[in-house]
Amino acid sequence: MLKNYFKIAIAVLKRRKFFTFISLFGISFTLTILMVLTAFIDKVAGDNYPDKKRDRLLYVNRIEQKGKDNMNSGTLSYYFLSHYTAMMKTPVKVAISSGFSGTNTYVNNKKIAVSYKYTNAEYWDVMDYDFTEGKPFNKQQVDNADRVVIISEDMKKQYFGDAGPVVGKYFEADNVSYRVIGVVKNVPVTSYMFFSDIYMPYTTSKADYKSKSYGGGYMGVLMAANKDDVPKMQAEYENLMKRVPVESKDFQHLYSHANTFFSSYVDTGNEGTSGVFIVVTAISIFVFIFMLLPTLNLVNINITRIMERSSEIGVRKAFGASSKTLVYQFIVENLILTLLGGIIGTILSVIVLAVINNADLIANLQLSINFTVLFIALLVCLVFGFLSGVYPAWRMSKLNVVTALKAQ
Amino acid sequence: MIRLQNIEKVYRTDTIETLALNSVSLDVAKGEFLSIMGPSGCGKSTLLNIMGLLDVPSKGSIKIADKATENLNDKQLAQFRNKTLGFIFQSYHLINDLQVLDNVELPLLYRDTTAKERKMLATEALEKVGLANRVKHFPTQLSGGQRQRVAIARAIVGRPDIILADEPTGNLDSAMGNEIMDILINLNRNEGTTIVMVTHDENMAHKTHRLVRLFDGSQVQ
Repeated sequence: MLKNYFKIAIAVLKRRKFFTFISLFGISFTLTILMVLTAFIDKVAGDNYPDKKRDRLLYVNRIEQKGKDNMNSGTLSYYFLSHYTAMMKTPVKVAISSGFSGTNTYVNNKKIAVSYKYTNAEYWDVMDYDFTEGKPFNKQQVDNADRVVIISEDMKKQYFGDAGPVVGKYFEADNVSYRVIGVVKNVPVTSYMFFSDIYMPYTTSKADYKSKSYGGGYMGVLMAANKDDVPKMQAEYENLMKRVPVESKDFQHLYSHANTFFSSYVDTGNEGTSGVFIVVTAISIFVFIFMLLPTLNLVNINITRIMERSSEIGVRKAFGASSKTLVYQFIVENLILTLLGGIIGTILSVIVLAVINNADLIANLQLSINFTVLFIALLVCLVFGFLSGVYPAWRMSKLNVVTALKAQ
Repeated sequence: MIRLQNIEKVYRTDTIETLALNSVSLDVAKGEFLSIMGPSGCGKSTLLNIMGLLDVPSKGSIKIADKATENLNDKQLAQFRNKTLGFIFQSYHLINDLQVLDNVELPLLYRDTTAKERKMLATEALEKVGLANRVKHFPTQLSGGQRQRVAIARAIVGRPDIILADEPTGNLDSAMGNEIMDILINLNRNEGTTIVMVTHDENMAHKTHRLVRLFDGSQVQ
């Protein structure tokens, strides 16, 4: 019976090649977009290099002060982060680092764009960068404002070429020479809190890191002793912020939060709207519309397809098919179509991801298929295949045999 | 075998009521070959559809093989048609996407049969209509007469007691029509299958046991 359904399904798909193409294109294109999107989200939100201890970490990225007519919002100062987090009891370590900035350097008259980032010593304990050479700088080196630098593998290749070990060699940036003490594996720029080409002690920064103003170019990551302490740490930070005085009379309120990774990643910097809400809503709407269109399209095409087979429906009914059996047949046919689309979509996704990875559109970002999502997407395909088949099949099964036979 | 009592069929649209069948009573005996004649629109096809349980009468009762059919639900009707009735249509109604063999197997799909049994029975039925060498062809590769023979094979594959044929020779030239008629006559003679045939063709009708004429929805002979 199933073999027979399969035969007729393939025959029908072959007969109306254009319809088949539209249907398959709709399904597989939708699936591909979803797979690439999720691979992206997955990479961005799920890749835990270099902050591997994510379940023990809270991220402090912004501070906002609000007055009647004034509002001030942005990243924090080194002073603010070190001074106030030092008062906290739960964090065992606090990583403080500047956001990455860009500069240029020259090797053999060739210009190289370099992103740089300043960090404290604890940054290297909190983060788990993979060192292919050397090691991070320690507290003493930071306190001494030693001109040492940790570079990414990518930068090593650009600056030093295919040379062997580079630890001990000098790297020049902004007319200052830094001694290379470590090489780390690349971080994609999408992990913007941790990405950089080179990392240096914050004490070597030309900007005034001692400034007591609240705003500055720094972000902090608080590490708890274990993941059970994280809620406590979060509460402690909230309490602390209630006690921190506003900077000037222009402001009445001060906000700063220690967030989990995802909510800090999509932080809008606006106290009134949650970044998580916006991102989740936007993605949901996008996915919904993207799935809805091919489904409606499928329903429509299916109605046409099925109705033009009214003679077949009439014959099958005359020779003993009940309405139920026919509904079953058309649903099976539709599932075959959607599964076919699913398979094509999967293959397309693999190809598109490979192209994106090879084109190196975003440096150091390697996308891969999320198998959970693939599984869910194929399941969704089946559900849509089922739904888009049920309505036309139901309409068709109501068809009177005599009318169905006359229709030809 | 078939007992129709006071069958009436009214078609209603918003403005007009058409009486397609007016109190038709008809008995068809087991093993009989009956033909129904009449001008276009006299209700012969409607009558045949009602006999085939493809259409319901507005009034009256139908008994087929001593079984009252009024209260059967969709599934029971389907099963009953499958076991008892075979249909032949003027325009063949073969499924063009399926090969000849698959077309003939179709009624067996709705019964408890294995693929092997289906193939065997379908081949046998095709042999009876002289098309055993065309099993892998598609309907569009066959002539009209051959197509109608496939349709006959499909109608007899499930060994039904009754075959209802709606102008089976209507689309064919007289030579091919005679071939089809011979197959039906043999079927009736050798297997004892009851056949009811609607036709326009006096010659064909006279080859059958009995002729019923309809005019404007009423039986006139």
